[in-house]
Amino acid sequence: MKRLTARLLLTPAMTTLFVWMIIPLAMTIYFSFLRYNLLEPGAHPFAGFENYHYFFTDDAFIPAVQNTLILLFSVMCITVVVGIALALLINEPFPGRAIVRVLLISPFFVMPAVNALMWKNMMMNPIYGLFAQISHFFGFGAIDWLSEYPLFSIILMIAWQWLPFACLIFMTALQSMDREQLEAARMDGANYLQQLRYLYIPHLGRSIAVVIMIEMIFLLSVFAEIFTTTGGGPGFETTNVAFLIFRQALASFDVGVASAGGLFAVLLANIAAIFFIRLIGKNLDK
Amino acid sequence: MAMQTMTKAKAHIAAPAVTHTNAYKVALVGRSMLAWLLALLLFFPIFWLGLTAFKTELQAIAVPAKLFFSPTLENFAEVQARSNYLLYAMNSIITSVGSTLLGLLIAAPAAYSMAFSPTKRSKDILVWMLSTKMLPAVGVLVPIYVLYQKFGLLDTRWGLTIIFTLSNLPIMVWMLYSYFKEIPREILEAARMDGASIFKEFRYVVLPLGLGGLASTALLCLVLSWNESFWSLNLGAANAGTLASLIASYSSPEGLFWSKLSAASLMAIAPIIVFGWFCQKQLVQGLTFGAVK
Repeated sequence: MKRLTARLLLTPAMTTLFVWMIIPLAMTIYFSFLRYNLLEPGAHPFAGFENYHYFFTDDAFIPAVQNTLILLFSVMCITVVVGIALALLINEPFPGRAIVRVLLISPFFVMPAVNALMWKNMMMNPIYGLFAQISHFFGFGAIDWLSEYPLFSIILMIAWQWLPFACLIFMTALQSMDREQLEAARMDGANYLQQLRYLYIPHLGRSIAVVIMIEMIFLLSVFAEIFTTTGGGPGFETTNVAFLIFRQALASFDVGVASAGGLFAVLLANIAAIFFIRLIGKNLDK
Repeated sequence: MAMQTMTKAKAHIAAPAVTHTNAYKVALVGRSMLAWLLALLLFFPIFWLGLTAFKTELQAIAVPAKLFFSPTLENFAEVQARSNYLLYAMNSIITSVGSTLLGLLIAAPAAYSMAFSPTKRSKDILVWMLSTKMLPAVGVLVPIYVLYQKFGLLDTRWGLTIIFTLSNLPIMVWMLYSYFKEIPREILEAARMDGASIFKEFRYVVLPLGLGGLASTALLCLVLSWNESFWSLNLGAANAGTLASLIASYSSPEGLFWSKLSAASLMAIAPIIVFGWFCQKQLVQGLTFGAVK
């Protein structure tokens, strides 16, 4: 293929993504230096670093960064560990395996908004929710999950949605394991833990990398689940960076501060990107 | 005959099930029961949502929860009557199919170019593309809103289609790139030697061999667009709202309408779940970026 043709083919995607990134970004930078509140129409005077100051000294800022990271790492750990366990469990053929697969993968297709509402109303509601009814049945008091363990509840919902994804990727990877090697190891008397440590986990290396990478992309900007359940609260306990910016932009109509926050989000995304390239890059290269 | 014995011997190594002891069989039964139990447990919330959709409002909030009841279709009728489900469903279909096609049109040539004519920069470009996907949408909501207002794209199907395409594009390029890379270069080179033009090369070599990749990329993109809620909530309203916006209109905190909410939710997720069931194999292969072979 000629160099020029290759360039031409690459151009539409490059241009589109570049425009998609650079124009909003430029506007965000511009807005971030203005005193720009939708509730006060008219002039938008230059504000210097005032918006940044507001955003970084907001009481919710530190919790939001913490929550974003806690959410990211917890969901990753849960989905990878439980996902591997489930995949190992389902790896051997058994009656109805196809149906089990179908049931397992279903949560991945559930819309985040529906996911959140379903858990909030039908599972975690302190009076009518099934969790409350179950704990009542066993003689314990009902727990108001979303106000007593808010971040944990959000993590649970999101992990439920991403577990099928992780599990299925691990399952697919396990299907390609070298059976003979496994049998040989068993003959040599390797116990299950040893098999796990020396055969299964190394074999799953690349798929673990894939799972972490994709989840990182989506988990950094979790929004719908928080918006529809806790609204970031109680206090700032479930406010993540995405939700904090949303609050600034749409709840207080402060475009300036929200833009400063948006730039911080871009920065955070890039730090995460560098981090994941370091972590995963080796694994993904053949 | 010799052939048969050989296959037999091989089969014996490959499938040691023949020599399994009773203990192994018991363990297998235990494992499969556990697998079934866990699968049902994970699926349960969806099942419960489906069940609630057929209850009356009173049955929906009954304590203790009702497993058996006489089902009603009232909720579905009411969802359609109250908020024109079909319009939202149509919007979802149009925007997700539209953004998938548009995305493939832009992503496929780029992935093709990077896979078959790589430069030192190709890897960096890929990573850069992916990093745009990590940016939380709220970070650029205000500028996009302002631009959409200016160009009259607010609350239009076109507007949503474009934004869905843009947000899926990095993943599409990356997936297609990994698929195209799997195509043996020798085949391409042979075609080139025979003097095939780039379009013929694409049409007769890359397209047939990469069809699986194109299909799973399209599937994932469909699912992601269908489930996208942030942009459809903020940029689409009365005319272009997708099913995600429909759900939001039922989630108002005042007054619980569980069975109606469930009916609306079920109507919103059922098409894509059923679709996902049929395409799961393709989808899983695609999601792994060819990383697990």
